[in-house]
Amino acid sequence: MDKNIILQVEKVSKKFGGVKAVDEVSFTLKKGDVLGVIGPNGSGKTTLSNLITGFVEKDSGIVLFKGQNISRWAPHKIADAGLARTFQVMRPYPTLAAYKNIIPPLYSPRARRTARGKLGDRSAVAIDILEEVGFERDARVPYKLAGTLPLGYLKRLELCRCLALRPELIICDEVFSGLSMSEIASMVPLMKRLQESGITLIMVEHRLRELFKIADRAIVLNFGAKIAEGSPGEIFNDDKVKKAYFGGEDDYVFAK
Amino acid sequence: MAELRKERLDRGVKVRTDSIYAVSSMKEIMFLIGPGLALVIILLVLPLLLSPYWERVLALTGVYVLLSIGFGFLAGYVGMVFLGGALFVGVGGYISGLLNTVGVPIYLSIPLATLLGALLCTLAFLPCLPLRGIYFTMVSFVYPLLAARLIAATGVFGGTDGLPGLDVFPNKWVSLYLIVGVILVVVFAISRLVNYKDIGLVLRGVKDNEQAIKASALNLTWYKAQAVFITAVLGCFGGAYLTHLYGWVGMSLFATEFSSLPVAATVVGGISTVFGPMMGAFLLVPISEALREFGTLRIVFYSVIMVCFVAFWTEGLVDYLKRKYEQFEHWVKV
Amino acid sequence: MEIVIYGIVNSIILILMSSGFALVYGVSRVPNFAHGALFILAGYMAWVFLNRFNLPYILAVLLALVIVTVIGALLYRIIIVRVRGMRTSEIIVSLGVGIAILEYLRWSGLRGMAVMLPPFISGSTSILGVVIDYQRLFIVIGGLGLLAFLWSFTAYTKTGLALKAIAQNERAALALGIDSDMAATVAVALGALFAGIAGIFILPIGNIVVELGYDVLIFAIAVSVCGGVGSWKGAVYASFLIGFAQILTVSYIAAHYHFVVALLVIILVLIIKPSGLFGRQKELEERV
Repeated sequence: MDKNIILQVEKVSKKFGGVKAVDEVSFTLKKGDVLGVIGPNGSGKTTLSNLITGFVEKDSGIVLFKGQNISRWAPHKIADAGLARTFQVMRPYPTLAAYKNIIPPLYSPRARRTARGKLGDRSAVAIDILEEVGFERDARVPYKLAGTLPLGYLKRLELCRCLALRPELIICDEVFSGLSMSEIASMVPLMKRLQESGITLIMVEHRLRELFKIADRAIVLNFGAKIAEGSPGEIFNDDKVKKAYFGGEDDYVFAK
Repeated sequence: MAELRKERLDRGVKVRTDSIYAVSSMKEIMFLIGPGLALVIILLVLPLLLSPYWERVLALTGVYVLLSIGFGFLAGYVGMVFLGGALFVGVGGYISGLLNTVGVPIYLSIPLATLLGALLCTLAFLPCLPLRGIYFTMVSFVYPLLAARLIAATGVFGGTDGLPGLDVFPNKWVSLYLIVGVILVVVFAISRLVNYKDIGLVLRGVKDNEQAIKASALNLTWYKAQAVFITAVLGCFGGAYLTHLYGWVGMSLFATEFSSLPVAATVVGGISTVFGPMMGAFLLVPISEALREFGTLRIVFYSVIMVCFVAFWTEGLVDYLKRKYEQFEHWVKV
Repeated sequence: MEIVIYGIVNSIILILMSSGFALVYGVSRVPNFAHGALFILAGYMAWVFLNRFNLPYILAVLLALVIVTVIGALLYRIIIVRVRGMRTSEIIVSLGVGIAILEYLRWSGLRGMAVMLPPFISGSTSILGVVIDYQRLFIVIGGLGLLAFLWSFTAYTKTGLALKAIAQNERAALALGIDSDMAATVAVALGALFAGIAGIFILPIGNIVVELGYDVLIFAIAVSVCGGVGSWKGAVYASFLIGFAQILTVSYIAAHYHFVVALLVIILVLIIKPSGLFGRQKELEERV
């Protein structure tokens, strides 16, 4: 097993009732990569994330993380192994300060293991993490009630929840969706910083332009099946991809 | 036509006590700790004032207070509606009683029964913990009944007659101040747990955001078990206490009433604070006892009250009072 | 052979007892904890009409059933509808009503002395060499009849289809104009009716005792949880599983364990398959 391969997904499938949500999807990921997962609405992107992270039971297929078979593992065990994920729909505690949302993951066995030496006061560590991600400590942003924070901060909060675990791989579920242009502009460098710090990323995204500022490779899903994989150039010249997004024999050119 | 709407504003003193001015004057300090202090004083003084009949009622009320706080904690904070409180009472009572029959003195048997009983009960509920809320609730209701029927069927531990002739508390001061003391400690401990401890946040997540908890590498079932254990400790102590209050233990310690009255108390008192269930119990139990001569009609009484509160006045007494204490409201023109 | 016959009878008794509860829960997701109380109430009212008002049997039974159905509908309309959607409150409220009814009956006269309904036809017959009383035969016929009715009702009548639609996908049903509240009222009323029918069929076997009200509720819960929610097949299978387990225990171990067995079966099923035998609980959870 190539030591560099951190995630191997093989022929993973899931059916809900009569609908094939994910159809025999396979891909491989090397350490430090950034992989985009794109596709039209309903193509199974989020379900794929759920399958990999153990929140939904697969019908078939194997998932190998760092060489270990995590196919049947419970979600918390997978997170404990270093595979974290964000949620598209976030539910922070609205009446609690933002940093308090990061305390539960700091309470986990993994956080205690990966902290060099004693973890110390979790509140202080939480605020440190928030600051690294852009919550200005001087402006007391970490102390603001989570319910009052704008979406950009909430998305960062979700990432913090993952970072508290010191993960090796993060699956980011639509981090750019719903953000204003300025929020996106500040989000991109953050994602780049995450990659530079050694974390492997899978980014499930709709916003292709921003995605490809960070990722250099992507897989395209349609109706649950992987229809293309490769660099942006390769993908967007693929007929199947064009058909999936636009339908039919139209000749569209992507401005990249 | 002028439309009116109700406007609620925090009282001045509440606003001041939310920030650093809280310690600026006696008035603010009293506002903050007044209710709590009054409660502590009343609880400590009560045993001195009551007639023997009411002393018994206080003791029983105390047990229900613990059960209600336990239920309120599990239901309101951790999000698990648990209808099996009677199991804790019965198990705690029987363990203490059994230990007593082999010669263990009550100052040992009660703590042992509390911890051991809580451990056993938590283990017993382990298979049900992963169940989704409502199924957990349904199955939890059934457990105490199972236990009671088992004892009746097998005749162990004295069967339907129970075990008589156990040690009682040496005098009423011990029994009353024991329960009062435990209540005060529990209220303090749970408030601390809920508001200041990190594990409190995790437990809150169990209620509000299961996904985030799982994604944070935390084992949901383990934390649910801890929460159940806490409630079990309260209930088992109550059972052991009752055993040595009456001097005997029997199947009646598994009575459904121990499961249902705490629910009514929490509903009446309000679910969002520790004090809600406590006040609810302080209200319902004495009235229920006073109605004892009417037989099971008293159960009808508090069941109906509970239904009315849930259906028509969901806020609960203590929450209502707390709101009035902290805010004032008036009508404003829109 | 005796075991087979009595096992079947027992299982059908369980099906009868739990169909009302399972129906209401499956359709409107309302757990009606007053189910057991309604079971006993119907029987008791029939008894009162029969013995205090001296009404003919058929009339007494019909009246009791009608009243119980109306109570069910009112229970929903007045109380449950106010807490609709908050599962725990629905449980607490219906449990409160159930306890209130049962304890009131206990206080007002249902204790000690034998209160019982006469069997439809007294006497017994023998089937395949096993002696079985007519009442139990009627229970089997009644139980199967009920299942058949439910199946055709949900498959062929407009109301039934509406209920089925809501059970499968509430949002879609609402979008199609099916009134969720109305459907829930109908469901709860029907559930009450079935509880009453179950009472009328089953109570003649023994006395009308308040404890039985709690037992019925527990069996209904047991069947629903074991069978997995929202699954007819599951409820039937679970009933047979528990039913036969009980009969086997009674025959080979001791008579008074039959209640305990039901509970042990629940716990065992839960450990092995947490979503019930045919439960779709997990699937429902996954859609989040």
